[in-house]
Amino acid sequence: MVENRPFLTFLTHAFLILGFLVVALPVYVAIVASTHDVSTLMSGPVPLLPGSHLIENYSTILTSAAAAHGLPNYSHMALNSLIMALAITVGKIAISILSAFAIVYFRFPFRLLAFWIIFVTLMLPVEVRIMPTYKIVADLGMLNSWAGLTIPLIASATATFLFRQFFMTVPDELLEAARVDGAGPMKFFRDILLPLSRTNIGALCVILFIYGWVQYLWPLLVTTDPGYYTLMMGMKRMVTVQDGVIQWQLVMAGSVLAMLPPILVVVFMQRLFIRGLTETEK
Amino acid sequence: MDTKRTTFNNRLLPYLLLAPQLAITLVFFIWPAAQAVKSSFEREDPFGFSTVFVGLTHYRQLFADPNYLDALWRTAVFAVSVTALSMLLGLAFAAAVDRLARSAKIYTTLLVWPYAVAPVVAGVLWWFLFNTSTGLLPFFLERLGIRWDHDLNGTHAMILIIIAAAWKQISYNFLFFLAGLQSVPQSLIEAAAIDGSGPVRRFFTISLPLLSPTTFFLFIINVNYTMFDTFPIVDATTGGGPAQATTTLVYKVYQDGYVGLNIGSSSAQSVLLMLIVMLLTFVQFRFVERRVQY
Repeated sequence: MVENRPFLTFLTHAFLILGFLVVALPVYVAIVASTHDVSTLMSGPVPLLPGSHLIENYSTILTSAAAAHGLPNYSHMALNSLIMALAITVGKIAISILSAFAIVYFRFPFRLLAFWIIFVTLMLPVEVRIMPTYKIVADLGMLNSWAGLTIPLIASATATFLFRQFFMTVPDELLEAARVDGAGPMKFFRDILLPLSRTNIGALCVILFIYGWVQYLWPLLVTTDPGYYTLMMGMKRMVTVQDGVIQWQLVMAGSVLAMLPPILVVVFMQRLFIRGLTETEK
Repeated sequence: MDTKRTTFNNRLLPYLLLAPQLAITLVFFIWPAAQAVKSSFEREDPFGFSTVFVGLTHYRQLFADPNYLDALWRTAVFAVSVTALSMLLGLAFAAAVDRLARSAKIYTTLLVWPYAVAPVVAGVLWWFLFNTSTGLLPFFLERLGIRWDHDLNGTHAMILIIIAAAWKQISYNFLFFLAGLQSVPQSLIEAAAIDGSGPVRRFFTISLPLLSPTTFFLFIINVNYTMFDTFPIVDATTGGGPAQATTTLVYKVYQDGYVGLNIGSSSAQSVLLMLIVMLLTFVQFRFVERRVQY
């Protein structure tokens, strides 16, 4: 700090604490609402203090609540979300690191073309090509399958660029030394590049896990079989009640559980998370 | 684009390494995009037996359709509001945290987690807060003489999705602004302090101008986010309503194509969206500094 201004420092703290309270408000209200019963919630504005139905609500959501909406068990959907997030994370990292390796460490015809094809994925998010992509997946018989849920999402230009950028900073002497020792490309990749990329892989894991966990539109398009529903789709089903009362206390309990895993990942792996976020978008 | 000074000289291996990514890109990105372009120029009969080339008809219809023009305008309003709101708050938090040396890390932790909340969950949480019968906020708004009703009032529904979408994005902007502020040279700040300018003035005359590359980069990223990543917020809460008041361009592609099965029009809308993303990506890579530079 350049100069000492106690009052300004006090104001700064006050502003940040107030800011945090406002940012946390929706989550606080969700937690509080998940501890009340439905009649308390329907009879007026949400109470500001927790009620006494915490265990009841959470055990209902974990056991029977989802079935009332024609959904599979909550834990089943959570498992689906986890499988999807992990498959996307591993898949994206695997194919991106390999293609970055090819682009940086080899000279071959059409190298630039390959680079541009990868670059183009940046410009074609799923949202802008909903129908034709759905049709392709349907034609390939990949609707309602893990392959259809994950493979189309694992092409990633940003991860490839991150690895490319990192490989460019790896000293050339390492490669020369490896070649003198008679190591082939795959041995060099496995024994030298991969260990060096550990931090980058970790940072990407955090970002991609969140990316996979929060996917919504894609699973909505390619799955009709409830056995493949993820938590995010379950959320929507639970708030679209045609007639009757939305069971807010259960919806909020479900929301709290659904946002917990990625938030824990961000909070406990904050260093990797910030690194992943700022590096991939550059 | 460069390689290493020394490279391996296998002929086949690089293609094998690239094969998975290129295959997925070609099959699931480029082919569907080409299909979208193709079917935007065609009309398919209702049974899918024959297609006729109709040229620019779908595009002409779109630009004559008040619904589409409304959605275009609405998306612009939505994108600019979310971007402005989340960037202003992100910047304010970053400037505050940057002033504090010891507690900066704690406040960072307290402010970054909303990034990890799924858009659909963010939508549902704010929807609940604004719920007309049980929500907290309408209860307080009522005392201010505002009758909140996002089920009937289009403006209220738009405000709801703007707040939900901006809320999620504050932490992202905060982190980038904080990184930018922390790389402002301390010597500049000290020199200005010696010349007698206070913290507020230093922020506006030194830090803010030096942040302009970050600001521009974030502007593009946020517009991109609001246009394309907010689909779950709209779908889970307002469903595009009331009376289309929250139907964004992406939501309309989904409704017309996937729900309404109007392939030609949906494809033409997809193509127009692709042009928008291409423009944004071009601007981002052409004009935005890759790193925050001073």
